[in-house]
Amino acid sequence: MSDLGPLVPRRRDMHPVPYDPDYKTSVTRSPNWPLLSMESTPSEETGPRFGHSMLGPLDNNLILNYSRDPEKPAVGERILMHGRVLDDFARPVPNTLVEIWQANAGGRYRHIKDSYFAPLDPNFGGCGRTLTDDQGRYQFLTIRPGAYPWPNRANDWRPMHIHISVFGHSFGQRLITQMYFQGDPLIDRCPIAATIKDRGQLDRLVAPLDMSMARPLDFLAYKFDIVLRGRRQTMFENKLEGM
Amino acid sequence: MTQPLDTLIETPSQTGGPYVHIGCIPTFAGIEGVYPQDLGLSPITDGAKGPLVTITGQVIDGTGWALRDALLESWQADAAGKFPGQQGADPNVTGFCRFAADKDSGEFTLRTVKPGPVPMRGGGLQAPHISLWIAARGINIGLHTRVYFEDEDNSTDPLLARIEQKNRLPSLIAGKTGEGEYRFDIRLQGEGETVFLDI
Ligand SMILES: [Fe+3]
Repeated sequence: MSDLGPLVPRRRDMHPVPYDPDYKTSVTRSPNWPLLSMESTPSEETGPRFGHSMLGPLDNNLILNYSRDPEKPAVGERILMHGRVLDDFARPVPNTLVEIWQANAGGRYRHIKDSYFAPLDPNFGGCGRTLTDDQGRYQFLTIRPGAYPWPNRANDWRPMHIHISVFGHSFGQRLITQMYFQGDPLIDRCPIAATIKDRGQLDRLVAPLDMSMARPLDFLAYKFDIVLRGRRQTMFENKLEGM
Repeated sequence: MTQPLDTLIETPSQTGGPYVHIGCIPTFAGIEGVYPQDLGLSPITDGAKGPLVTITGQVIDGTGWALRDALLESWQADAAGKFPGQQGADPNVTGFCRFAADKDSGEFTLRTVKPGPVPMRGGGLQAPHISLWIAARGINIGLHTRVYFEDEDNSTDPLLARIEQKNRLPSLIAGKTGEGEYRFDIRLQGEGETVFLDI
């Protein structure tokens, strides 16, 4: 049972619809024609690997990684975001790169195109990255991002959210998603969240408050587990040279 | 009733949004000093074997407008058809590149070596190709496609062979515009729509 086979096909019905008129930008950026479906090949089953040597000690600490000065932490509600990266078969995905980005506590991104009048925090950049450990675990120390308005329908607001990018070990596992926060009333009004039509699937993007990982007098914690496509494991796969 | 399957379901995707560059290529986005440099600046290092190629193009929406906010990633084999990490792979090919559409022109550029043919699991070869993944605002789940090359033999490639409408084949084949230079436009929707992959 050691040969790794093809990637488990994506369940597209468990993902957002590509075309959704309530999310206006998707209307002109979604393919009209069906995707070409095919069993994965080595091109999708391999993928880039990143090593610890690439990471700096503050890479997963968004409270300090911009100012680099313990006297100048980012403003906001301090939180630990943590969880595991698993595959379809509940196997941990170790040593995989997780990247996050987010608005500051006022709901403003450090980006030339973000003109929202919530102020920039001089001590907050808004990006972080880490590698999962041998159990697939990851952690970020950050601040809770603010909700923000965006130009879509007349009065649309994004719920508080953190963007997440995960690599896995195969290019075909590549995933970008968003983490929402338990209890945020804006989730139910968000046309981007609503591109996911299966409510149970959307609920999987809502991180619960996790007091077991909160540190008294310091930070709260939210847990966010991520599941990537797995690779079939059977004795019936033809082993490919070098893989 | 049956036994439970106990398999998990993949976490649903969400759009990368307009600020995907902050997370993936922060220096490009103007956020300096958090990382020494952005990830995936080049898929090759000095001494990579094989012919150097430059692929330029745009990501074009259903109205004909080139996206200024697209983020692309590429993944490929080396000139011998081996992926990084495989035995005997070219140590100067990292295989992975991140690049963005230009904020003014929408044009992207990928400089790399041309990959060799890649073996299939059950035998047979795939024609030389580079895998692409596209993320942007309005794209709710990242789009996979491939770049093949006009001046290679693509006639027996198993993926291209599965495309029933042969008039769509050119959407996956980079056109040669000069020595080592290719053009590859990606049309998200409408006339000439690129073949995207569920793979
Ligand atoms: Fe956002």
